Amino acid sequence: MEPITFSAILFGASVLAGALGALLGLGGGVIIVPVLTLMAGLNIHYAIGASIVSVIATSSGAAATYVRDRITNLRLGMFLEIATTTGAVIGALVAGWLPGRVLSVVFGLVLVHAAWTMFRSPQEDVPAGVVGSPLATRLRLHGEYFDPSLRRQVKYQITGVPEGFGMMWLAGLISGLLGIGSGVFKVIAMDIMMRAPLKVSTTTSNFMIGVTAAASAGIYFLRGDIHPFIAAPVALGILLGTVAGTHLLLHLRGAAIRKVFLVVLIVVALQMIWRGIQGTIR
Amino acid sequence: MTSPKSAGAAPDGREPITRMELMISYVLRGGVLLSAAVILCGITLAAVTRDTGYAPIQPHHLPDILAFHPAAGPGYFPTAPAAVLQAALIGKPYAIIGLGMLLLIATPVLRVALSVVFFLAQRDWLYAGITVFVLTVLLASLIVGVG
Repeated sequence: MEPITFSAILFGASVLAGALGALLGLGGGVIIVPVLTLMAGLNIHYAIGASIVSVIATSSGAAATYVRDRITNLRLGMFLEIATTTGAVIGALVAGWLPGRVLSVVFGLVLVHAAWTMFRSPQEDVPAGVVGSPLATRLRLHGEYFDPSLRRQVKYQITGVPEGFGMMWLAGLISGLLGIGSGVFKVIAMDIMMRAPLKVSTTTSNFMIGVTAAASAGIYFLRGDIHPFIAAPVALGILLGTVAGTHLLLHLRGAAIRKVFLVVLIVVALQMIWRGIQGTIR
Repeated sequence: MTSPKSAGAAPDGREPITRMELMISYVLRGGVLLSAAVILCGITLAAVTRDTGYAPIQPHHLPDILAFHPAAGPGYFPTAPAAVLQAALIGKPYAIIGLGMLLLIATPVLRVALSVVFFLAQRDWLYAGITVFVLTVLLASLIVGVG
């Protein structure tokens, strides 16, 4: 195949991955890595390198949206970036000496978990009667926002700072290890452990993803995992696809087709685990 | 323009931190657009001239390039930032793409650096410290990455 034809195919696949990732709320990286490794026979380190720069592009491009909505808890995000960036650096360093097959198995497990979490689509309710912890008070993490669906101002308090911080470190580690945004883990840390309302957890997680990804992307770049031949069409494709997917999202949210895609994604994830165990991943 | 130094809300109902971050967000969007444009230039140049600026990729190289990490030879590209910048300035397509990638990676780092400046101006020492720490981790990643 002519190299230029291959680039064009990569670009097209990445546009689709970006759109689908936005549609499912998972991000394009988590979709393009299996496509590149399972279908194109790509070295998984290159796939992860291409994915991490796409993550920066999509999240930084959308940052204004997350700040403007005034739901994002900026202080909470900035404080927890301490955990995600340190985790991401360790993750990126570890990924450098892990064999591709091990990365494939870990990626598959994380993808199964993420797709399953989105499949269940957690209840959107505001936790009631949470008493904020003194540490959260000292860090000024409590907040409030206007909830359009409840049509009222929601005040909330934050607790469980050490547990949430630990989970965030893990989220950063996974982001750095696999080149994904790992938003699902970030949401778990804030939603379940720190008892922030789900809306706040989701938007704050999105706000943090770019900075987290930047902590590992530099390491990937210096190591030579961000190959121009692969990363350039993938990053541009995912960026374009995500913009398109975000506009479609307004119309397709909650549609049954979403669940079908998530089931397909779980099958793909199982294949990554299986191929990793077999050792047929490079 | 009124710029309240206190943590209270401004007349438009937005906290200073929100207005600051909104401003930074537009800087971020600019950074992404700039890097995407640079990457696009690199791809276009490579496609038009059929030249990467380094050892060219021939169709029969493709399987090996995709599967393994080449240290040199077909598919080679620079990874040291100084070398990338130097080669990009003389128009080597793969170095231009690399420069675009570096700009992209630098964009969130810039966000954190601007937050530091904001918190210092607000005399919010706690969050100035927090953002300085994050900035240090981001910059340190580039040092441990070389080693």
